[in-house]
Amino acid sequence: MDMLNALVAILNFVVIPAASYGAQLALGALGVTLIYGILRFSNFAHGDTMAFGAALVILITWGLQAIGIGLGPLPTALLALPFGIALTAVFILGTDRVVYRFYRSKRSAPIILVMASVGVMFIMNGLTRLIIGVDEIRFDDGARFLVSVQQFRAWTGLSEGLSLRVSQALTLVVTALACWALFRFLNRSRAGKAMRAYSDNEDLALLSGIDPERVVRLTWLIATALAVTAGTLYGLDKSFKVFNYFQILLPIFAAAIVGGLGNPLGAVAGGFIVAFSEVAVTYPWRKIATYLGFEPQGLLQLLSTEYKFAVSFVILIVVLLFRPTGLFRGKSV
Amino acid sequence: MAEPYLSATDMRGGYGKADILNGCTLTVERGQIAVIVGPNGAGKSTAMKAVFGMLALREGKVALAGEDITRLTPQERVRKGMGFVPQTHNIFPTMTVEENLEMGAFIREDDYRDTMAQVYELFPAVADKRRQNAGELSGGQRQQVAVGRALMTRPSLLMLDEPTAGVSPIVMDELFDRIIEVARTGISILMVEQNARQALEIADIGYVLVQGANRYTDSGQALLADPEVRRTFLGG
Ligand SMILES: Nc1ncnc2c1ncn2[C@@H]1O[C@H](COP(=O)(O)OP(=O)(O)OP(=O)(O)O)[C@@H](O)[C@H]1O
Ligand SMILES: [Mg+2]
Repeated sequence: MDMLNALVAILNFVVIPAASYGAQLALGALGVTLIYGILRFSNFAHGDTMAFGAALVILITWGLQAIGIGLGPLPTALLALPFGIALTAVFILGTDRVVYRFYRSKRSAPIILVMASVGVMFIMNGLTRLIIGVDEIRFDDGARFLVSVQQFRAWTGLSEGLSLRVSQALTLVVTALACWALFRFLNRSRAGKAMRAYSDNEDLALLSGIDPERVVRLTWLIATALAVTAGTLYGLDKSFKVFNYFQILLPIFAAAIVGGLGNPLGAVAGGFIVAFSEVAVTYPWRKIATYLGFEPQGLLQLLSTEYKFAVSFVILIVVLLFRPTGLFRGKSV
Repeated sequence: MAEPYLSATDMRGGYGKADILNGCTLTVERGQIAVIVGPNGAGKSTAMKAVFGMLALREGKVALAGEDITRLTPQERVRKGMGFVPQTHNIFPTMTVEENLEMGAFIREDDYRDTMAQVYELFPAVADKRRQNAGELSGGQRQQVAVGRALMTRPSLLMLDEPTAGVSPIVMDELFDRIIEVARTGISILMVEQNARQALEIADIGYVLVQGANRYTDSGQALLADPEVRRTFLGG
């Protein structure tokens, strides 16, 4: 019985939260890794693209709610998401036009593009604050739980409860669909293969008649769609706050680099590795240890949650020291 | 007499201030094999890039089938019937052999399965590996993929920069045989070769390039027979 309780507690406090957080990181890291593979720089504005897109999604959600359109048990934001993606994509393609294209045509060094993206980051950050303010916003309407603690206890008769929030389930389902669609696109379609070819060998792609500007546009579009989706899911799961999206940049880059920059499959794996490490290290394991018959003195928490970003840092440093191309052999940083 | 199929005349230009090419002229007749040899750093690769439009020429002219293409981009030259296999980085390493060939045919709107079958027929060794990533193949197989990729547009002029670099002598002979086969189908070949002796054996015309200029130009056999060329460039 205690064994089962321990298992349920691990599921409830570690596996489910880490899986949904990992999925959000994975979506973010996919965008970062695609941009890196094609445009060959680390896009620091990616976190704020997530925030900007999520803010637009919230505004549209409010609009839909005001005219009484909803999705029943599912959050209205899901309906607003495509519009948020479209608007953000227009903005991002605009930044490519006025900022990045200039440096690209000059064949500037990657670090210059990185610095340009830092500038874009500040602008997007300011814009987001202007549009929606700096306060914490909850916008997860619809049903809250797929499985609630009380329900679970009643069903199983266990003393330990388990809950699965709609936002968590939604995150996992949407991420799975997005990854499936993305990998299918990259591996099957002509445009997707052109993207991979361009990432593999830019000059040869040119010689083969692949239009670089088209590949670049497509990449921005896909990365933006992934970023806005990730930002919205993250906001639904944890509430929306502009500053959080700046902070999440670190675990997202850690995920992309762990998986190997430029490698999409690696980015997904990296997202889950970082999320599970973070949650495992900041979770107090006392309860579970007690179930398993130990009598621990302290909380058995390796790191307090305030320091959770240190986990990404450590992972990042270890990977860069021992395997700079990442676990799935991306490009070396 | 008709004009040669490719005629790149008096090319001058380089990467920065100093010229690498100092009046280099290369011509290839239809269906013939032209070979460029010369010491390292002579500007052989640079001359190939210039012919393909990857290097801005300061002077000189490139004409294909009588048409002046000096101002065209490499992509436009591909559409005019030129195919190029660079000396290095000439495959898509994380894509399968088949995908490499598909990318070669990227500009083709029509059905290219016939061409792909022909390439596999020409290079049976890579046909067996069509689902494998090109980056995982041996050096010789990689070169075959690279040549195959360039053949996918059905070029009328195939340019090869050291196709036998880093392959064993047996594979080298094999590759040369394949290249002759390609030329027999009417495709003109312009090729840079480090293995000068073997390459000149199969060359209709040979160019010895030194410091970006033509030092000797003659038929392959004549160059091989020339004691001066033998002493200076063929090692005796
Ligand atoms: N991208 C480049 N930028 C600047 N200089 C270059 C570049 N590529 C080649 N060079 C210079 O141009 C000269 C000729 O180089 P090139 O590669 O054409 O020689 P090559 O005859 O092909 O030599 P190899 O037999 O070693 O391939 C060399 O001095 C080289 O340093
Ligand atoms: Mg060379």
